[in-house]
Amino acid sequence: MAIKLFQGWQGKSLEQILTLCRDLLEDTNFPTVHQWREAGGKVVGHFQVYFPEEIVHAAGALPFKLRGAPVDLRHADSHFGSYLCSIVKTTLELALGGRVKLDMFVTHPICDAARNLAGVWGRNFRFPCQILYLPQNPNSRHSVSYLRDEYDRLRRTVEEVTGRPVTDESLQSSLGVFNENRALLRQLYAIKRERPWLIATDEAYVLVALGGLLPREEHNELLRAVLPLVETRPSKRQDKIRVIFEGGFCEQPPLDLIRVISQSCYVVDDDLLIGLRWILDDVPREGDPLRNLAHAYVEKSSYSPVQHDVRKPKEKMLLERLRSSGATAAIIGAAKMCEPGLEEQVTYARTLDREGIPYFVTEFEEGMTSFDNLEIQLETFVESILF
Amino acid sequence: MTEKQLDDAIVGRAGRDGAALMRGWFDQLSETGRQGGHAAYVFVMGSMAEILRTFDIPMIFPEINSLQTAVRKVAHEYINEAEDYGYSTDICGYVKADVGLQLRGGAHPAGPIPKPTLTVLTNACNTYLKWAEIWERMYHIPVFTLDIPGSRSAHIQSRPGDLDFEREHRYVLVQIQELIELCEKLTGTAFDIDRLRVVLKHCNEMNRCWKRAIELNQARPAVFNALTDGTVYLGLANAFRGSEEGAQYFRQLVEELEYKVEHGIGTVIPEKYRLIFVGVPCYPLFRRFNEMFSEPGGAFVNSTYLWFASGGANLGFEFDLNRPLESLAEGVLISAREAMDAMFFQDQALIKMVERFHVDGIVFHPVKSCRTVSTGLADTRRVLMTKDIPSLFIESDMMDRRVVSEAQLKNRIDAFFEGLVTRKLQAAIQAGR
Repeated sequence: MAIKLFQGWQGKSLEQILTLCRDLLEDTNFPTVHQWREAGGKVVGHFQVYFPEEIVHAAGALPFKLRGAPVDLRHADSHFGSYLCSIVKTTLELALGGRVKLDMFVTHPICDAARNLAGVWGRNFRFPCQILYLPQNPNSRHSVSYLRDEYDRLRRTVEEVTGRPVTDESLQSSLGVFNENRALLRQLYAIKRERPWLIATDEAYVLVALGGLLPREEHNELLRAVLPLVETRPSKRQDKIRVIFEGGFCEQPPLDLIRVISQSCYVVDDDLLIGLRWILDDVPREGDPLRNLAHAYVEKSSYSPVQHDVRKPKEKMLLERLRSSGATAAIIGAAKMCEPGLEEQVTYARTLDREGIPYFVTEFEEGMTSFDNLEIQLETFVESILF
Repeated sequence: MTEKQLDDAIVGRAGRDGAALMRGWFDQLSETGRQGGHAAYVFVMGSMAEILRTFDIPMIFPEINSLQTAVRKVAHEYINEAEDYGYSTDICGYVKADVGLQLRGGAHPAGPIPKPTLTVLTNACNTYLKWAEIWERMYHIPVFTLDIPGSRSAHIQSRPGDLDFEREHRYVLVQIQELIELCEKLTGTAFDIDRLRVVLKHCNEMNRCWKRAIELNQARPAVFNALTDGTVYLGLANAFRGSEEGAQYFRQLVEELEYKVEHGIGTVIPEKYRLIFVGVPCYPLFRRFNEMFSEPGGAFVNSTYLWFASGGANLGFEFDLNRPLESLAEGVLISAREAMDAMFFQDQALIKMVERFHVDGIVFHPVKSCRTVSTGLADTRRVLMTKDIPSLFIESDMMDRRVVSEAQLKNRIDAFFEGLVTRKLQAAIQAGR
């Protein structure tokens, strides 16, 4: 669909663009998604963590990353019990409260709460609400074939929803768009890693996150314009410690929390919105695009606490992230009531203890608004390392 | 034999035999622990007993070990140790009790529990994955995940013969072959397909009987308590799955239940209200929790727990012994999916059950520990409310007594029964008009 959803940033300074980006990201009415739908486009909302957005893109629809939002629960609260993370509730709130309108909803078996969402949403909306069964045994010799077939099943549903065929040719074209997007995000992370003083963590986060609510062509255009501006930014290196942040794979920490961390640390790598960066390399466009996409998910991918792969023990991956980014410490976060995140915290903490690497443990919730205590604790942590 | 003698011999037999079998099972586990040798840690939803028993690999059910600590009122000791180790208060109590158990070297109130040499799990519960990772790190053992694609939505379920089902079946079959390869490597024993046939034959009888037992509880009065007796049966269904003792136990259970139906022998006298239990039992108050319902005349006639914690055996799936591996893959796929549906998409099944089991009310018991079972319950209840089905929604836990308040539960339960009384009175008045 030839429609520009995010306008007004072209020709502006980097600071002005970043402000516009932040405003757009923090708008809990998701104006770009509304505009897309009002122009006659279809929207497929997909819950965290990873989703093969290319399949939706190839149908000419907008893949919209549902990642919760800091909103009051006026409708969704009565649909859930007490002991749940915030993101499952606020995501439903967005739809029940009419902040977003979807044509399809997809969740994944990432955790015990998320896989319930197909049932919960399916009881409350008329559009298709389903689970995409990403393989939980990526070590099986059949997992790529299985996932290819699961993507084919998804393709058929997307075709029904959009009324458009998803051909191999359109998929190959979408792979090209997303390959470029992944390459641009890798560039952004290379800057974070190599010259973190050029872009603050919260700024980089905003730039990444917009990919979840814009057509990828627009996101690519934005990143193509912004990255050279970042590269030439006249920022000076500061005396901050280099850290990695772990724990942002699903529910997202508030942007202000990321900003607080950014004030005292250079976050040189992280797992924030890891689903958008799950595939680590270009997906080949030649051959069966669904198989290529499935192969990349299993074989050329990152890690997270919600996938068990015997080749990727999380503690080993954490140490690799630390070493490859040149970080000297780690911030180990977990969303409140997030069982996979909280379980991983134990592993990470014990591994870092064993390795003698300093770390800071914290819990967060997307709706939290006070960061004073965190700021003080973090400063103390940083000082304990610096001095 | 007089009727009285027959009554004495049959009625209550399942309880007596079940207790003896479970004691023997725990003793056997302890013996394995003392002597060493292989032990597989497995879970109730997809234990893959069919394969493990074929290789004579003893199975340990950490869920059963954990709930036993709660029933025996010592769970908090184990949970505290796990929390001291670093596990959050918001993590599943089963996991934490087990971590405490492992930290104590397997010292369990029922006897020593052996360390695992293998873990087999399914994706029916995501916490299984995280739990198994703990043993993987503690003991450096192989962790085998059998990934079973569940229903994609309440309305999307592939069936044998469908393209999607055949693809899923192939995935499960390949994984079962990979599990066999792993067991062969681990034990140094070649896979014996005829032995599998024998195990599957016992599974068939157990599945058939499990389905029949649940159906028999449509009788008025109900012939077993789906919450208390049902939990005992579940323990046996899991621990003895695929064994001759298991098949015999369930054959005799059905015999007992049929006898009770025939003779009108129920569990609660008088049975005033027939209830369905949805969720996981409150093990820290196991008996007392049930009494709070049975004292005012409530009888639990069915429970989603009997479906999912049996791994979907309630479907009564029977394996085709002429093509054992293919049929095993089919049965595992269909049964584990049934177990998952019982947690994620149970609303329509509950509505149907209300009629079939002549139900007066549904008790939803979401627990802090288990988000798999609990996340969708409030929303499911909303659907039932639109059908004018009385229900109670009480939150507590299956392990952690810190979030179980007996007084609060009692207040809510009493109020629920007051509502049921009023409802019956109103129905009687309207019928008399």
